[in-house]
Amino acid sequence: MQFLSYLISGISLGSVYALIALGYTMVYGIAKMLNFAHGDIIMIGSYVIFFAFGGFGWNPILSVVVSMVVCTILGTVIERVAYRPLREAPSLAVLITAIGVSYLLQQVAQLMWSPDPKSFQSIVAGAGLKPLELFGGKLTISAEAIVTIIACVVIMVALTAFVNHTVPGHAMLAVSEDRGAAQLMGVNVNATIALTFAIGSALAAVAGALLCSSYPTLSPTTGAMPGIKAFVAAVFGGIGSIPGAFLGGVLLGVIENLSKAYISTQLSDAIVFLVLIVVLVVKPTGLLGKKINVKV
Amino acid sequence: MKKLISAALASAMVLSLAACGSTGDSSSAASGTGDSTAATAEASAAGETTPIKLGGIGPVTGANAQYGTAVKNGEQLAVDEINAAAGYTVFELSFEDDESDSEKAVNAFNKLLDDGMQVLLGPVTSDPSISVAAECASENIFMLTPSASSQDVVDSGAGNAFQMCFTDPNQGKTAADYIAANSLGTAIGIIYDSSDAYSTGIYTAFQAEAEAKGLEIVQTSSFTADNNTDLSTQVSQCQQAGADLVFLPIYYQQASQVLIAANNIGYEPAFFGCDGMDGILSIDGFDTSLANDLMLLCPFSAYGEDETTKTFVAAYQAAYTETPNQFAADAYDCVYAVYQCLQDGVITPDMSAEDMCDALKTAFTSMTFSGTTGENQTWAADGTITKDPKVYQVQDGAYVLMSSKQ
Repeated sequence: MQFLSYLISGISLGSVYALIALGYTMVYGIAKMLNFAHGDIIMIGSYVIFFAFGGFGWNPILSVVVSMVVCTILGTVIERVAYRPLREAPSLAVLITAIGVSYLLQQVAQLMWSPDPKSFQSIVAGAGLKPLELFGGKLTISAEAIVTIIACVVIMVALTAFVNHTVPGHAMLAVSEDRGAAQLMGVNVNATIALTFAIGSALAAVAGALLCSSYPTLSPTTGAMPGIKAFVAAVFGGIGSIPGAFLGGVLLGVIENLSKAYISTQLSDAIVFLVLIVVLVVKPTGLLGKKINVKV
Repeated sequence: MKKLISAALASAMVLSLAACGSTGDSSSAASGTGDSTAATAEASAAGETTPIKLGGIGPVTGANAQYGTAVKNGEQLAVDEINAAAGYTVFELSFEDDESDSEKAVNAFNKLLDDGMQVLLGPVTSDPSISVAAECASENIFMLTPSASSQDVVDSGAGNAFQMCFTDPNQGKTAADYIAANSLGTAIGIIYDSSDAYSTGIYTAFQAEAEAKGLEIVQTSSFTADNNTDLSTQVSQCQQAGADLVFLPIYYQQASQVLIAANNIGYEPAFFGCDGMDGILSIDGFDTSLANDLMLLCPFSAYGEDETTKTFVAAYQAAYTETPNQFAADAYDCVYAVYQCLQDGVITPDMSAEDMCDALKTAFTSMTFSGTTGENQTWAADGTITKDPKVYQVQDGAYVLMSSKQ
């Protein structure tokens, strides 16, 4: 029974990683860049919800929607100002810019909202959902875990359908396949990349809401570590692949939680990264990554 | 157009370089002639003297900024009070940011030294303090840290570094003694941060003393700084092991997560924390009813009833519109401890930093100091402080002093 409870909280943590990883993997697949500021967009989104829901007492769903709008605008502005001018620059320059944006967001948050941590009130509990008790109360699953897992699956399915069955989705696929050729075929590359950032940032707002509902300490550095873990999840599952991000995220969460519970609370990160190394040695493109033959 | 911009940028860089050069020159000149100007100023204005230059180092930006900011505010408040009461500038404080990084702390120390610092009141966190204490030993500068509680800090200072706060092992030992003497728990669980010197230091000393006192530790769980998002597993482990008292030698941010996680699974042991727990009631949005009955070993409480504490808390709230935590109180006391030496005539403003260091070392080991963080405190020759432990219990959102059987 205890095992089941550890497993479920692992899947729930993994679902949050997966949601964040979706943002990483989409941006990487289409713009071929690592957006290290992604974790910090989550942090900003969480602060918006903290003030909208905790401060002004707005409806939890309305708060999440407002946070999604703010993050979408923020994400597209960052893309327009910081990344688009560097579209043809070497990838290293873009990487450094992304790290710079990440620090900028953290420091601005610190100036605006002070470095003191805030305790985030769960929006799931705020929406009136109660924990689920199974087997006569022996196993309690928190409402946050259930909502997180369901939200993650729904978003993953919706995103896959969007990419495969809509015109903007096809444009995304085309740009990720070959940017130059897509442009020649009349696809607006800049608009497609901006759309990708918008979707990724909106997902970041949802991820922030769920992350902080389950693990309720909010500070300007809240997004940093989950951001890095989610990046690992994206690589683990095969970067550029949407189902891969989901699988990688969930596996990462489960491995982390089970090794914490049964092996060592200190070594859990080491075990997670050991598994990652083994996977990458055996399958360098990640679990669901595409193998690309480069013709010379 | 591009050429124009680059030309403008280049000229701006040249100008800024020149500016660096000139400020560097003036500061070194000032420190060179510091002694003579001090002497002339004293001679010309009878009764008034040049200020003693205090230096502060601490993280005012970055992940640990809340501690550095509290220390900076506490020191500034004390300096302002002393200056206002005297009617002239007794102390002059310059505070440098170290982002809780050892290398930046040493750079900040060198900068302060160049600017003529005579006494150092810092750094705030343990790792930077260990590096800076070594510099203080080699440069012969007196260092009084408000809050760096690791034993390594005073060891590294080789007699030049003093602490205003409890040393970690001391705190762990006191906590175990208190729990044993008052029979607070029979099966003890511990959750600590294995990546943090403060937390590990207290844990090690607590464990040794608990064994000596016959306390049974049934579960020890840890986490690291990179792995502190989810602490529910650690809480479940304590529940599984049947712990009826959970000892939390960790900071209040993580402690609040532990309390929430325990509440989520309906686990209600007694919780016992150390001074890092102070601040838990002022977290924005935290449901303070979860902290009811929480015990903490802490030298300072903003809810204290004595006159010194009340005056300090009122002044701090007026100046910064927030309730001071223990870091601010320690920093405030640091300035007053040095002021006490000045009033006793142990130091005079015209002393060089080296002479002042020797004088303060002798004075600190023989004097008794009462401030906001304790009465009749004394220092040992190695720089560690002796103060009475106070255990508070949270009741209805305030600290209540527990009656001690010690």
